[in-house]
Amino acid sequence: MDLSFTKEEEAFRDEVRTFLADNLPDDLAEKVRIGGELEKHDMERWHAILNDKGWLAYGWPVEFGGTGWSPVEKHIFEEEAARANAPRIVPFGLAMLGPVLQKFGSKEQQDHYLPRILDGTDWWCQGYSEPGAGSDLASLKTRAVRDGDEYVINGQKTWTTLGQHADWIFCLVRTKTDGKPQEGISFILVDLATPGIEMRPIKLIEGGHEVNEVFFTDVRVPAANLVGEENMGWTIAKFLLGHERTNIAGVGFSMKALEEVKALARRTKRNGKPLIENPLFAARIADVEIELEAMKITNLRMLYTAQTQGAPGPETSILKIKGTVIRQALNDLARRALGPAAAPFPSEAMFGNAALVEAGDVNNAADYFNNRKLSIFGGSNEIQRNILTKAMLEL
Amino acid sequence: MDFSLTEDRRMLSDSLNRFISDKYGYDHRVKVAYDAPFHDTALWAEMCELGVLYALAPEDAGGFGGAGFDITTVFEALGRGICPAPVLGSLLASKLLTAAGADQSALLDGSVRYAVAIGELDAPYDLDAIETEAKDGKLTGRKAVVYGGADAKVFLVAARSGGTLAVYEVKASDAQVTGYALIDGGGAAELFLDATPGTEVLADATAALEDALDAGRLALCAEAVGAMDATNEILLDYLRTRKQFGVAIGKFQALQHRAVDLVTEIEQARSITILAASKMGAEEQAKFVAMAKTLIGRAARLVAEEAIQMHGGIAMTWEAAVSHYAKRLVMIDAQLGDVDYHLERVIATYAA
Ligand SMILES: Cc1cc2nc3c(=O)[nH]c(=O)nc-3n(C[C@H](O)[C@H](O)[C@H](O)COP(=O)(O)OP(=O)(O)OC[C@H]3O[C@@H](n4cnc5c(N)ncnc54)[C@H](O)[C@@H]3O)c2cc1C
Repeated sequence: MDLSFTKEEEAFRDEVRTFLADNLPDDLAEKVRIGGELEKHDMERWHAILNDKGWLAYGWPVEFGGTGWSPVEKHIFEEEAARANAPRIVPFGLAMLGPVLQKFGSKEQQDHYLPRILDGTDWWCQGYSEPGAGSDLASLKTRAVRDGDEYVINGQKTWTTLGQHADWIFCLVRTKTDGKPQEGISFILVDLATPGIEMRPIKLIEGGHEVNEVFFTDVRVPAANLVGEENMGWTIAKFLLGHERTNIAGVGFSMKALEEVKALARRTKRNGKPLIENPLFAARIADVEIELEAMKITNLRMLYTAQTQGAPGPETSILKIKGTVIRQALNDLARRALGPAAAPFPSEAMFGNAALVEAGDVNNAADYFNNRKLSIFGGSNEIQRNILTKAMLEL
Repeated sequence: MDFSLTEDRRMLSDSLNRFISDKYGYDHRVKVAYDAPFHDTALWAEMCELGVLYALAPEDAGGFGGAGFDITTVFEALGRGICPAPVLGSLLASKLLTAAGADQSALLDGSVRYAVAIGELDAPYDLDAIETEAKDGKLTGRKAVVYGGADAKVFLVAARSGGTLAVYEVKASDAQVTGYALIDGGGAAELFLDATPGTEVLADATAALEDALDAGRLALCAEAVGAMDATNEILLDYLRTRKQFGVAIGKFQALQHRAVDLVTEIEQARSITILAASKMGAEEQAKFVAMAKTLIGRAARLVAEEAIQMHGGIAMTWEAAVSHYAKRLVMIDAQLGDVDYHLERVIATYAA
């Protein structure tokens, strides 16, 4: 048993740190730190910086323009990026569609789409969920009917994250209505500029615009945009679910959030003393820190399994459940530490107070409410428990 | 033993519930709660005609209530309809004016809106840490997140004068007031005082302030109970109607037991609020109010988080009423002392 990283891994960490120190723009890092809303150009700017370095597709194999990093290297990169307040890499093209095309796409599709993901030509979004098909994704109803060289799509997708910035959407659509629902689903790529598509914003609980509904009316899509065979969509969806699971615990985000909570509790006062000296509040921080320290090791143990034995198993659902609970607990503490000052909305109202802005004590209630999503999307924590019940406990 | 409301309170409760559901329906509420003045001033006048504010003051101060159960009756209805009307400020102000023996007819008929400015950025809950100073009738300091302050005409401000805490009346027109919406709707303000003129209302005010705050805390507990009841109804309705995997999601045992846990917490919350209301004016008032605010803080957050989780994505939207109830339920904890603040007050009663 040896919990230390190898010399090479430590050297790699130094390299990542130096790169971030030299290349992550201060204004971007500051925006991330205070929980400000990242605009499209902010995300594109960071993508371009990483792409120049060859690190944007850090989960891809070298042959497709990726880094070929090991699970541990990926983890180190994610941890350091979070620590430096780097914007999150938008996952839809890079972490989702990329691996799908590499595994199931045709040579033409790989050659056409992958470089465009890297250089930012195409911004992708994910069209899985529908109003009636959330946890029960296989019940999706959006229809794609073959008509000559085209599919004609009718239906509705929803919860489409950052669809307002997107050029393309990858969709799960129904291509067969008889038989088991899973057997009639296909994976297709749709240009959002195609006639018949309408995107409408959904306002979230804290007031932000991050998700959308997408309506399809007689949308004609070239049959060449199908990925894999017709009716193979469920296999692809399952592959994707099992694929990018290394960062699922969000350990890097939590470490950062813990630091912020401690800093906040040192700055804010109760009864004339720094909040962190209050034993009740300190105990709450300690409880989460203890969980997080254990989570780091749980995460590394599963990474180690992935690195030494190939793909990680269903036990990664543990990472999703515990990881999101920890992140949400930290958001909760940040909100509590601010007390009533967490409530002004929009939080800029508070910002007549330069001291608060400087301290980055902003948006904490908004972050807390927004991050309730963490335990809902990507397979809710209930669904993760169902997976564990069956696949791990065999109950 | 009798857990039923008196006839008068039941009538007030019925008429206020009806008023809010008829006129302050959800769509209207969301429309007004986030834009200045952060509530509907025409409805404020109508609501005052129902006697809502008179119910908060005792007879010798010109009202017809003022007891713990009067406060809970009014605020439970406000919570049930997540009503953004700035009644909390009026309650706190009425308590202070009653303690001072001052005339409050303009407050009670609703014609002059009052807000009470106690908390500061570094003293959000605790009176001892207040730094705003009064000297020769001039006040200097900053009051943070003053509930109802966005469109109040008059502020009652807690400030240090010599060694004691006093309460001053400050006209909004004499001070710098920055109003804003709260994330859970309704308005508040930052009150900037810079040698701003104030008239002393209460000289040695610590006890009166604590008493007023206890009334406010009780009110918030009752508001949370009303909002938890409404949230629970919305949740149960959704569990019965939302289908996934071919069945109503309420059929999944993983959700059923949690729904039962919520109902259990809500009943406990209701009980401790009744208990605290019964202790108003008694020696143990502070302890039981602190107990109630602690339990409510915990229960309300649990109900909010679980209601969101069991709804799934739909509860993450502005459009869904449950998201607004959840915000209100969580943010109540940050008003007039949070779980930890009141837990410490309970613990302090253990000292011999
Ligand atoms: C902010 C946000 C962003 C999103 N982004 C995207 C996106 O970009 N693309 C996309 O396709 N989707 C996206 N989603 C959708 C997300 O994946 C779904 O919300 C999620 O799958 C849950 O589905 P649902 O919301 O319909 O809830 P439901 O499936 O209706 O679930 C409601 C409740 O029932 C529970 N439940 C359901 N089935 C069971 C069961 N068998 N046992 C026990 N409990 C159960 C759930 O856990 C939940 O608590 C996003 C969602 C959110 C909130």
